[in-house]
Amino acid sequence: MKRTLLVLSLLIGIAAVSIVWRNYRDEDAHPSPAATLSQEESIARGAYLARAGHCAGCHTARGGTPYAGGHAIPTPFGTLYAPNLTPDPETGIGAWTSDDFWRALHNGRAKDGRFLYPACPYPNYTKVTRADADALYAYLRSLPPVRQPNRPHELRFPYSTQLALAVWRALYFEPGVYEPDETRSAEWNRGAYLVNGLGHCSACHARRNALGATDSTLSGGTIPVQGWYAPSLHSKREASVAGWPREDIVALLKHGISPQASALGPMAAVVHGSTQHLSDADLRAMALYLSELPVHEDKAPEPPAVPPARLARGERVYAERCADCHGEQGEGVPGMYPPLAGNRAILLEPPVNTIRAVLNGGFPPATAGNPQPFGMPPYATLLSDEDVAAVVSYIRNAWGNRASPVNAWEVATEGRGIGVR
Amino acid sequence: MCRIPLRRIFAAVLCALPLAAAAAPPDTLAQRLRACTACHDDQGRQGTDAYYPRIAGKPYEYLYNQLRHFRDGRRHYPLMEGLLAHLSDEYLLTIARHFAALDVPYPPPEDNELSAEAATRARALVYEGDERRELPPCAACHDKALMGVQPAVPGLLGLPTDYIRAQLGAWRSGTRKAAAPDCMAEIARKLTPEEISVVSAWLSAQPAPAHGRPAARGGKPPMACGSVLDAEQGTAR
Repeated sequence: MKRTLLVLSLLIGIAAVSIVWRNYRDEDAHPSPAATLSQEESIARGAYLARAGHCAGCHTARGGTPYAGGHAIPTPFGTLYAPNLTPDPETGIGAWTSDDFWRALHNGRAKDGRFLYPACPYPNYTKVTRADADALYAYLRSLPPVRQPNRPHELRFPYSTQLALAVWRALYFEPGVYEPDETRSAEWNRGAYLVNGLGHCSACHARRNALGATDSTLSGGTIPVQGWYAPSLHSKREASVAGWPREDIVALLKHGISPQASALGPMAAVVHGSTQHLSDADLRAMALYLSELPVHEDKAPEPPAVPPARLARGERVYAERCADCHGEQGEGVPGMYPPLAGNRAILLEPPVNTIRAVLNGGFPPATAGNPQPFGMPPYATLLSDEDVAAVVSYIRNAWGNRASPVNAWEVATEGRGIGVR
Repeated sequence: MCRIPLRRIFAAVLCALPLAAAAAPPDTLAQRLRACTACHDDQGRQGTDAYYPRIAGKPYEYLYNQLRHFRDGRRHYPLMEGLLAHLSDEYLLTIARHFAALDVPYPPPEDNELSAEAATRARALVYEGDERRELPPCAACHDKALMGVQPAVPGLLGLPTDYIRAQLGAWRSGTRKAAAPDCMAEIARKLTPEEISVVSAWLSAQPAPAHGRPAARGGKPPMACGSVLDAEQGTAR
């Protein structure tokens, strides 16, 4: 009995020590490099990097002052509220030093030492260099201070505790600046740095486990709570860009549309708030890296057949509502309406994105290269669930397309009632 | 025997079919905005139901404000919010000007049965207001003809009862907001639910002039109104 107790307490002790040790790794080992930029250049550099990181996407409430926080981030563990990043000394980060800011970005710890929630993707931002972090800091310091107190997170127990975060970090968080792969070109490394660091593409395009941790690949996943499916960038069936002309990948990130695809749902937000503002050189580097990601040759299981009545109904709805723009053979109109024949985005499993595209419609993001995009009407009020299910099943199985059919129940649960978040 | 090259004819017909049937969509602003007109009608009139109001001919700055309000979370309707989420101010202004420039006939007024007493009460609120409660009349800002004032005050005629009532209700409960000071929120909070009901029913029963346009200029507004001030100072753009 005594021995069991001894072994047990020893094990607990080892676990506690390793959790503590793992939570404080790689701190204070990265002093600021000698400044090579003037203050003004540093601020401009930081503004650009803040775009690359899409910081305002979370740290600005809808219709609110940029970077003043307050935006709600729903998660399976509760709702987080992004904090104020303006230099207000009391409610923002006005009292933070560049070392404090570095520790938040690199180690996921706030000025007061608390662990931060990884909803702020510091598992990605940890790859950012100290020089880039300092530029971001200089930019945020240059913003007009806004007095707006942070709203406390609303998380369920035990996720609301620092102990839970410490365990999570011990399991899943690896601090460390990006280390270039010497066997690859500088351009490829630049792309990898942006995609895996500030770009935090894996926050959506990776699977998450039950505790919300992502793996290090970009093999696709359902975005928690939002429910959109972010397709795999390794899969030829989903969103791999291997073999695309590089300018088409750049066009998608810069203009929101390309001959092969257009940005939809959360990706439209990314193009609008982030990638459209990046330099051609950086976009080309990201495109190179993305196009050289390992490709997983995965075969889809043979999908079930569409019930003939649903297919016939879908064909009627398509002719009446869709063919005008997308073409009778689903061929689309270049630069205006995407083709549906052979379009991987509408064939994804799960089919939620396609259902939502029909229900909510949408415009690709307005960008410098596509300032007045063509829009698609929202059919939520114009078509019944049965009609939406029929037309989605039809376009997923016409003109050589082949994907699972959709029923009215899926339309009602995955599309309707969720609406826009 | 004459051999008819059936296969070739069949192939030729098959190839020609899509070409003959499909006329490419025109590259116009109206075509770009089919996402709007599917519900609001391709002439910008009232669309699929009473909650899709007519937008044709409304003052452009008013339409522009509403588009931004939906995008930025001051007005709420999930489909509108989703559609506008990633559009720029410049495009929204272009869209607003497009619909503001449309001149199409108004629908006939609704056939609402109002008691003489209710009609008198509605008319009094519309044209005289209630000084005791510091409630200005509708006509003071929306013009005597109730067709609105350029560039930011909308007309009140040619709209369904349900739509007007829903807007006043939304202002009252704070789910519809405008630029501060939000005069309509203040007014709607002073109105009783019964007053909202009779005013909405009365307004939608009034015929709109065939080609009624917003007045070019209004009088001095009886209270401060953020949307009007913004338009005067050009801060909206």
